[in-house]
Amino acid sequence: MKKTLLLGSLVATGFGAGAATAATLDDVRAAGQVKCGVSTGLAGFSAPDANGEWQGFDVAVCRAVAAAVFGDPSKVQFVSTTGQTRFTALASGEVDVLARNTTWTFSRDADLKFTFVGVNYYDGQGFMVKKSLGVSSARELDGATVCIQTGTTTELNLADYFRVNNMSYEPVPIETNAEALQQYLAGACDVYTTDASGLAASRATFADPENHTILPEIISKEPLGPLVRHGDDEWADIVRWSLNAMIAAEEYGITSANVEELAKGTANPEINRLLGTEGNLGAMLRLDAPWAKNIVTMVGNYGEVFNSTIGEATPIGLARGLNAQWTQGGLLYAPPFR
Amino acid sequence: MATFTDTARGGFRPGMLIYDTRYRSLTIQIAFLFLFMAGAAWLVDNTIDNLRALGKDFNYGFLSVRAGYDINQRFVAYTSDSTHGQAMLVGLLNTLFLAFISCVLATVIGVLAGVARLSRNWIVAKLMTIYVEAFRNVPLLLWIIVMMAIMTEAMPAPNAFRGEDATASMLLWDSVAVTNRGVYVPEPLFTRGLGDVDVGIFLVSLDLIAVLIVGTAGLYAHALIQRHAEAVQNATGVRPVTWWKSLAVLILPLLALLWALGFHLGYPELRGFNFQGGIYMRNSMIAMWVALSVYTGAFIAENVRAGILAVSRGQTEAAYALGLRPGLTTRLVVLPQALRVIIPPLISQYLNITKNTSLALAVGYMDLRSTLGGITLNQTGRELEAMTLMMLIYLVLSLMISAAMNVYNRSVRLKER
Repeated sequence: MKKTLLLGSLVATGFGAGAATAATLDDVRAAGQVKCGVSTGLAGFSAPDANGEWQGFDVAVCRAVAAAVFGDPSKVQFVSTTGQTRFTALASGEVDVLARNTTWTFSRDADLKFTFVGVNYYDGQGFMVKKSLGVSSARELDGATVCIQTGTTTELNLADYFRVNNMSYEPVPIETNAEALQQYLAGACDVYTTDASGLAASRATFADPENHTILPEIISKEPLGPLVRHGDDEWADIVRWSLNAMIAAEEYGITSANVEELAKGTANPEINRLLGTEGNLGAMLRLDAPWAKNIVTMVGNYGEVFNSTIGEATPIGLARGLNAQWTQGGLLYAPPFR
Repeated sequence: MATFTDTARGGFRPGMLIYDTRYRSLTIQIAFLFLFMAGAAWLVDNTIDNLRALGKDFNYGFLSVRAGYDINQRFVAYTSDSTHGQAMLVGLLNTLFLAFISCVLATVIGVLAGVARLSRNWIVAKLMTIYVEAFRNVPLLLWIIVMMAIMTEAMPAPNAFRGEDATASMLLWDSVAVTNRGVYVPEPLFTRGLGDVDVGIFLVSLDLIAVLIVGTAGLYAHALIQRHAEAVQNATGVRPVTWWKSLAVLILPLLALLWALGFHLGYPELRGFNFQGGIYMRNSMIAMWVALSVYTGAFIAENVRAGILAVSRGQTEAAYALGLRPGLTTRLVVLPQALRVIIPPLISQYLNITKNTSLALAVGYMDLRSTLGGITLNQTGRELEAMTLMMLIYLVLSLMISAAMNVYNRSVRLKER
């Protein structure tokens, strides 16, 4: 009898531990920080600076979420993940949000059970070669040795591109960006391929960026964006609207410089709702009223972040291109805040 | 006597489960078994629950889905249109190939180093001590990365072989090219080849089979000659000279076969971005091969040394007293006895090599871990399925190696009659 009781209680513990976890927002609040998955170091997007502080375009998304939830952009714990480990890290709850130049694809959304909350960078896969190779088009790469980061969509696009164009190549699969670059610079591969933004970011870190060229062909669509686990829509909403707030802030001309001024109230009700002086959008997300104002004040709007991390004034030197606001001919389009 | 009748009269009481030494161990074992089963049930239940919470199912359907990625080193036909299952097979064969060549080289290195460490030559013995201690005491992963770094950073790029002012040149009469992408060596080609035969999943070269058959026949003939010489020696006390006969039956038929097939070497040459032709041994494979071999070789060297030291000095002295020279003493007296000590730990070293091949991901060698447990896992998101399948494969592989080595172990074991 006693034994049955013991067994029963053990099984009950099992069921208890196995039951669904609490809402992510509560977990995050309890932990006092947002656990954010980033890359192992990609200049401009997510890389630690000289002081060991994570900086970059993807990092800004994490900081925006922390600013929205805690009103403090420093309350982020960064977890560096490789192309291989990132999805496991998110699925297992090691991180709450993954902001790691990850391509939004159907199967990742539907089959891997993740929710992509939006796109923070519209990208495409490109090729980088040394100028001394004398190659000016990806069509001339027949027989080349290509370094790829394994576990990414680039490896599938690459196989398809060479197949469709009836060319052969020698793939050299590599785990991280840094190792791939080392192989590329040592001449162990002729070509390095990844998202064009990543190529530009990597080239900026070379000692001789002028000797490397990015080929004109863009062989894929790579909408990069932050993602969360399936099943917690409330948390997905918070990350989604944190990103949208950054985009909308730029559209409405709200910058970190004028946000305090605008937060006193304006004639534009959309700005008022966004900054929390009108309506109760924050409460709908279970956040404070000035959640979006905190994002703009502490992190900046989309354009400010873009310009300071990967824009044309930085060594990475990316143009806005597709990532301009829809009013400027780009694809950025935040749904209305109402 | 008194206690015995006492308990017999008292019959069985539940307290005896703990206080009676006859039952106590049984009680503890049963309790532990229940705890273990409960723990296992908890884990399984938790996994099922969590999978359900994530909305994921558990199935291996992904193995028949198009893989979509390319694999550089493959022993069977594979393109990006093949399935994940075929990718797994390619990876498995790469694992087996790497494990096999590493076991062979590690054994050679280990035996040489183990014997040399016992050498009376002070410098040789000390050098081997340094080798063993250096390789045994640094993690394998670091050696793999060091080997890879040496291969990529210190060797010339294929471009350096190009043009009038080439800074690098090919070795051995322009037949071997050592580049930072790998080593290109000449390949055997047959102008009048027999072609290949398709056995379902891969092609088998009939030329290779013909060479193997002729080679085996030669070895068998050699064994017959040896046996005959043995019989003559036993009968007359004089061993006939056999080396030229053996050489003839081993070499001549092979040469004739190779000539008949139109054997020639295909040399690598620089075309386009890379060398073309020849056999291409990739950097990743060489780095893994060398690192695994020298690392495990250090362990095997110690096993060999232990085995040799386990044979008592008296055996050697007895052999010397019979007039055997040192070389023959080692071959006929010491090694057969030492093998009995060496084989069992050698099995576990082979198992180590096989399992350690899974570190190949670090240098991008496309083994089972990199295909099934790497790219496939990543592209399909089937962590649990891929990992359990991979564990099962490694388990079966290890058990098979273990079984084969145990058969060999029984054949060299001391036979008591």
